[in-house]
Order: sequence, then structure tokens, then C-alpha cells
Amino acid sequence: MTLFDLRLKDLHNQLRNKEISVTDVVNEAFAKIGERDEKIGAYLTLNEEGARAEAARLDDKLASGEDLGLLFGLPVGVKDNMVTEGIRTTCASHFLSNYDPIYNGTVISKLKQADSILIGKLNMDEFAMGGSNESSHFHPVRNPWDFTRVPGGSSGGSAAAVAAGEAYFTLGSDTGGSIRQPASYCGVVGLKPTYGLVSRYGVVAFASSLDQIGPITKNVEDAAHVLQAIAGYDPKDSTSAKVDVPNYASALTGDIAGLRIAVPKEYLEGIDPQVKASVMEALRLLESLGAVWEEVSLPHTEYAVAAYYLLSSSEASSNLSRFDGIRYGVRAEQTGGLLDLYHESRSQGFGPEVKRRIMLGTYALSSGYYDAYYLKALKVRTLIKRDFDQTFEKYDAIVGPTTPTTAFSMGSQVDDPLTMYLNDILTIPVSLAGMPAISVPCGFSQGLPIGLQFIGKAFDESTILRLAHAFEANSDHHKQRPSL
Amino acid sequence: MSIESKDVEHVARLARLNLTDEERELFTEQLSAILKYAEKLNELDTDDVEPTTHVLPLSNVMRDDVVEESLSQEKVFRNAPDEEDGQFKVPAVLE
Repeated sequence: MTLFDLRLKDLHNQLRNKEISVTDVVNEAFAKIGERDEKIGAYLTLNEEGARAEAARLDDKLASGEDLGLLFGLPVGVKDNMVTEGIRTTCASHFLSNYDPIYNGTVISKLKQADSILIGKLNMDEFAMGGSNESSHFHPVRNPWDFTRVPGGSSGGSAAAVAAGEAYFTLGSDTGGSIRQPASYCGVVGLKPTYGLVSRYGVVAFASSLDQIGPITKNVEDAAHVLQAIAGYDPKDSTSAKVDVPNYASALTGDIAGLRIAVPKEYLEGIDPQVKASVMEALRLLESLGAVWEEVSLPHTEYAVAAYYLLSSSEASSNLSRFDGIRYGVRAEQTGGLLDLYHESRSQGFGPEVKRRIMLGTYALSSGYYDAYYLKALKVRTLIKRDFDQTFEKYDAIVGPTTPTTAFSMGSQVDDPLTMYLNDILTIPVSLAGMPAISVPCGFSQGLPIGLQFIGKAFDESTILRLAHAFEANSDHHKQRPSL
Repeated sequence: MSIESKDVEHVARLARLNLTDEERELFTEQLSAILKYAEKLNELDTDDVEPTTHVLPLSNVMRDDVVEESLSQEKVFRNAPDEEDGQFKVPAVLE
């Protein structure tokens, strides 16, 4: 048992009782990074000097008896698409390999207000486009459970760092599954909040109507605490929701008796038999705790991946037009005029997956094709959202697997983008509908973790946290650690 | 529908990308496969369905028209590949 296996509450008690110092906690993070990250590749940039100075400051704060922040002394790694003032932020792209942000994103400021300590920036698929972390410009991330497997993506570094004990917790971002899928593959807890609950100010935009930041942790209770610290209205994000933020930890009562769970039959079709077996076992456990579940149908599930790739790529093609080599980022050496500068900077700056999506999105939005692709996908999005709205009229939560399989082998899908996209078939529908979802470990298949997904009503994170917490309290999958 | 090499070239120009011959060939093949998959959406009748651009019922958000602190010139140019006299410098616009 290491320091990072302690629950937040227990770690805080040890700090308050002076059994350990914040400096010890930060040392633990850098010791594990030094020992393990060469193999795993979770980090792109470390903030060692800054983190050690912050630890000393927090140790003084502890000694002074001041009130401590909710995430006091916890070493956090952040996906490298969230801007951090004075700490390089690359989006794992050559284009931003020299980018030195001039402000902090709102979540970064909130993490600091809560007294956590930023230890580094985490690897990801380039501009968050990918499901395997193999599209990072710098290097891939390896799955801590099996170095020949992918950690998932796009928040692959964020999930692998928690699984490997290289951070106490991390933040990822989720557009079509990019928190939940890697959390599932790496055997950790990943929460995508309701769209609008967490500010997007300072996260480099991929698909603005879908992007959402959320925590990756070792257990559900810690996820509730981290969400508490980062949620809330932000005037700097025009899509931030003006809603009251409840106390999430108080929802973790362990009592789930009478909660009504819907299990979509479409989520159990064609999935790996061992994944299905683990999910069915989880449902029996939830039933034994007093929840009731029924099979339902979300009939538009099979259309979600197609709609998602058209919409997210369309939004990406527009968002990424800002990368022109003029105001920031890497400018290509060239001899021609302005147009040539745009073309060369973008052609040299973006990797193949990013170019592919810009191309797809540009096509779907272009004159003559807009109605057939973009508008059609927006209408299908309405149908998908209706599936969820109708289900939530009768049920408190939807439960199913997070992914159809466990982590796949590195290199096995890089040449086949469509197959890669289909890994996200169970996480994408709820992204399009904007509702919250959490993945928790629910078993293993041949030594690789399996994830269970709980989907909730909009802004009702409390119910899925309560269910996931009750499940976790009666199972030990989340306590398993990779041997590293 | 399948797209041809010349369509890919046209889209690349719109997206301000130069493609190598190899990339153009690869993208023609891959985008055709993805668009063919997307035709699945045509199985659904959406004539009377409203599009969803955003899941939240939001309208434009305005802030009060008061002066607030903004970024310093030093910060704004910190990442500029080229600048001169407080302006971003670019090559000739007219070639």
C-alpha cells in the first residue's frame, strides 16, 4: 500500500496528524514518475521545481493552522490540452510544441484554490483526437497493465498516470469517451460531467458542443471530491451552466434501494463475452443492494458513431482554423506569401489523424454537402438525445459496459480509423446527449481491466456517484494494481 | 458516396492544407470509407426532426459593457513567431 492508495480523507488525516508532510506526498509522485514513466510515457512536461515550492508553501499553511482546501496537498497531473500559465501546453502536437500559455484555464485556477499541486502535463492523442494515445506527436503511452496494449485515449496519459501511481489524481477531457474509455482500459475511475457543469475556459477546443473536463481517480469518493472542486458556473465560458452545485460526497450514502436502472439491450449486443459477463455480475450485485434493473431499448444507438464523427470533425475543422502560424504555435519556414505560410504551417504542424478529421469536417460543412452530412447528423443527434430523455422519464440511471472490449494491442488499429472509431460506440451516444457518465472497474479479462458505465440525468451526477460508490464498496476490482 | 482524388484536393485547399501524393491517396480511400459508413444515417427519416446544435437551452450570453483588465502587449506577443513594433508580422499578403 502506497500513499496514493489511501483515500483522500485518510491521506488528509495523516497530513493533519503530522504523520506525513505535503513534501512527502509530492516526493512520492516524482519518485514513481522517475521509476516508471520511462516505460509508460504518461507525462509530456514536469513541473518539479514549481511543485516542490508549492509543497513547501502548503506545509507552512498546514503548520499555521489555516483552513485547508478540499484537495489539500494532492499531486495532480493535467491533460496537456488545458492551458497552464508558464508551463508548456502542447496538446501533444508539433504545432504547439513551443506554446507557453499566458493564462490559466479556470479548472487550473480552481485546482490551485483547492490547494492541490500541479506536478505535470499529461500525454494525449494529438488535439484529443484518437482513442489509443498513439496519435501523440511526442510518444505513445503504454497501458500499465500490459505494455503491449494501448491505455485508451484521448486522455491516455491521465488514466495511465493514476493507474501507475504517478499522480494522486488527474484531469482529462471527454468529447466522445476520452475520459471513460481510457479509465476503463486502465482500471481506474473516470467521470464525464454533464455538458456545462465544468468550465471549458482554457481547454483547447476540439468539438465545443461536446468537450467536457472531468476527474480520473482511484475511487468514486475521490472523484466526487475532485468534481466538487472544479464544478460551477464560469462567466468566462459562454456555455457554462448556471446551476447550483450540490454536495456530491453527501450523496455517497451506500443506500441504493429502490433506484431504477435501465440496461440498454443495444449496449450488450456484439460485445466481448467476458465484458458482458462482468457487467451481468455487476447488475446482480446492484440488484442484491436493492436497486432494480430492466432491459430497455435505445434504438438510435447504432447511428451515434456516424453522427458523432461528422459533428465532432465539423466543429474541429472550424476550431482548428485558428492555428495559422501567426499569433502562436510553430510557423513553417517558407518563401512564399501569406497563403503559403498558412498552408505550410498547418501541413507541417498537424499529424495525420488531425488532418483526417479537419478534412472530414471541412467536407461535411462545404457547399453542397452541408445538408446531407452536417445537418443530417444534427437531426440524428436529436433522435439520440430523445432516446435518453424518454428512458430517464422512467429510470434513475442507465448502466452498461464502458467499452465493447478490453484494451487492444498497440499498432493494431492505426491504419484503420473506422475500426478505431467504433471502440467508442458505448461512450459516444451519451456525449451527444450531454448527460453525465462515470466508468468504474468491474472485473478483468486475461489480466486487463473491464469498465462499468453509469449514465445519469443532466446535472444529476449525485445519483450515478451514489450507485457507483455503492457498487465499489461491495467489490474489490478498484483495489487491484498493475505489477510495475 | 465515394469521393475522388480531386475532391480531396479541393477540400484540402479549403482547409489550408498541402497534401503529399501519398496523403491524398490515403485520405481519398479513408474518407470514402468513413462517408460510406455515414450513409447509415439516411436509413432514418428526419424530415420533421429539429437539429440539435447544443444540448443546453442557451442563447447568446452578454456581459455588462464595462471596461475590464485585458492582457498586456508583452503577454499577447509572448508566443508570436514574428512581431515588429507591437504588431504580428506576416509575409506579403499579395503575391
